[in-house]
Amino acid sequence: MKSSALGRTYADKECIIRQGEAGDCMYVVQMGKVEVVREEGGAEVSLAVLDEGDFFGEMALFEKEVRSATVRSLGESCVLTVDRKTLVGRVQEDPSLAFNILRTLSSRIRKLNAELVRAKGRSGT
Amino acid sequence: MRKPEKGPSLADSLTSLAQAKSSDLRLEDGSEIAVIGGGPAGSFFSYFVLGQAERVGLDIRVDIYEPRRFDESGPSGCNHCGGIISESLVQILAAEGINIPPSVVQRGIDSYMLHTDVGSTRIDTPLVEKRIAAVFRGAGPSGLGESSWSSFDSYLLKLAVSKGAQVLRKLVNGVEFKAGRPHLRSPDGWNKDYDLVVVATGVTSNFFQLIQSLEIGYHPPRTVKTFICEFELGREMVQAHLGTSMHVFLLDIPGLEFAAVIPKGDYATLCLLGHDIDNQMVEAFLASPEVKGCFPDPEMIPEHVCFCFPRINVQSAVQPFGDRMVLVGDCGVARLYKDGIGAAYRTSKAAAKTAVLHGIAKEDFEQHYWPACHAIAKDNRIGKFIFAFNHLFQGKRFSQRAVLRMTSWEQQKKEGPRFMSMVLWDLFTGSAAYREILWRTFHPAFWVPFAWNLVAAVFSRGGDKKIGRSL
Repeated sequence: MKSSALGRTYADKECIIRQGEAGDCMYVVQMGKVEVVREEGGAEVSLAVLDEGDFFGEMALFEKEVRSATVRSLGESCVLTVDRKTLVGRVQEDPSLAFNILRTLSSRIRKLNAELVRAKGRSGT
Repeated sequence: MRKPEKGPSLADSLTSLAQAKSSDLRLEDGSEIAVIGGGPAGSFFSYFVLGQAERVGLDIRVDIYEPRRFDESGPSGCNHCGGIISESLVQILAAEGINIPPSVVQRGIDSYMLHTDVGSTRIDTPLVEKRIAAVFRGAGPSGLGESSWSSFDSYLLKLAVSKGAQVLRKLVNGVEFKAGRPHLRSPDGWNKDYDLVVVATGVTSNFFQLIQSLEIGYHPPRTVKTFICEFELGREMVQAHLGTSMHVFLLDIPGLEFAAVIPKGDYATLCLLGHDIDNQMVEAFLASPEVKGCFPDPEMIPEHVCFCFPRINVQSAVQPFGDRMVLVGDCGVARLYKDGIGAAYRTSKAAAKTAVLHGIAKEDFEQHYWPACHAIAKDNRIGKFIFAFNHLFQGKRFSQRAVLRMTSWEQQKKEGPRFMSMVLWDLFTGSAAYREILWRTFHPAFWVPFAWNLVAAVFSRGGDKKIGRSL
């Protein structure tokens, strides 16, 4: 991993955020890949693999719920932490700063809708 | 029963007149914008104005006039700056979707080494994470051959081009208004009318006289001379002696406000800020044992491979806007001594939003762009007060010892608040507004231990130099 990459370096399979824990920041992948997994009844379901430039943990910026999934490094990765205080403070001054996050959230809802339709089709309901 | 209708008051008439004026001058489909200067302010403006226009369905053209090529090493491709992207700006840009690639980041900074006349201590980033980027504005110092990294300014310019901006490799040497529209000329005979001209030329440009001749009420910012130079140490030596820390010096040298040595790839960049910086001050600084101790051989600091005395904005310009014209970045308002690129981002984005969402008349910029500039200028006044206070402490050894003792004690604590560390961190990094920094110093948890350390420092001498020296 290049020493010049920003953020913190995580080793392969190292946990970046853990499902059920409290959080007050979001993360942006600077180098490498990370995997988002949800633990249900002792089993793990892989939800997504995120690449450079992708972000995660943004739900903690908008609601005071615990982390909804675990995110682990896939191979070595560099991930930048974005503090809620820094971001929310700037969004107060410049609401358009949230546009990029909203666009990604919108895209994720679109993908979820498609997944839901496929799941319903398979279950025949 | 309805009240009888009254005629409009004078205030209503003036308001509607102003609104009518602002709505008269708006960007429309096919509008053309000239951006003079392709540094961070010009590139940020172009990127955001094209992004905002796309969101509201406006089809506009942006031409960036930039004769220099930032991919060239040495002065011709450099914008003469220390090259630090602050912690808060790195995060905000990431939230915008602008992730500075590792090829542009010369070194991620995760800590500061504070050097005073009485010793040194290390201040770690709150999350022990590399969130400050050390970059080269051009392609590196003079004499550098082919490099494996990219220039920060070149990266931003390419980002603007990826949004649809055109780069014209031309020098603009004439601007005038023709039939109410700005008209640009270049020495090769090229000339063109635009709907809006955005000036992003920094403070070292001769373009100021041209803008003043337009009589829009603009007065350039007040500037002071700084000193920047590069030492070639080699990647291993930089890592071994400077690590991933920015080295900050608060030394009792008359006129010196702030000094830093920034590790970057194979090089170390030295920045001196203060009043009337000249060769004599540079020599006095380099001769101090605290500075020598940062280099591989303290007895022989290598010759610098590149140097300059650029000017920086220390007092904002007067009225950096007019009808169909706005000045962004350093030629308008910058943050005092710190985070110039952060100020370029904020002012450029505010100008871009104003142009697309509100209009391009003087009143539009006054109402929607100027508040962003004014907030920075207002904060700078608090910054001047903080630096004056800091100067008092810098001049007395016992107060230097007190600051050092308190910071070292906080850094050795496993948990709990670190008020002095956070005050110094934000002061050096430019991550927080000066207002926030001042506010923190009013907290009793800052004053009580500081008062104790001041008393202790009066009665103790020496012994501090070993605290926190390791990288």
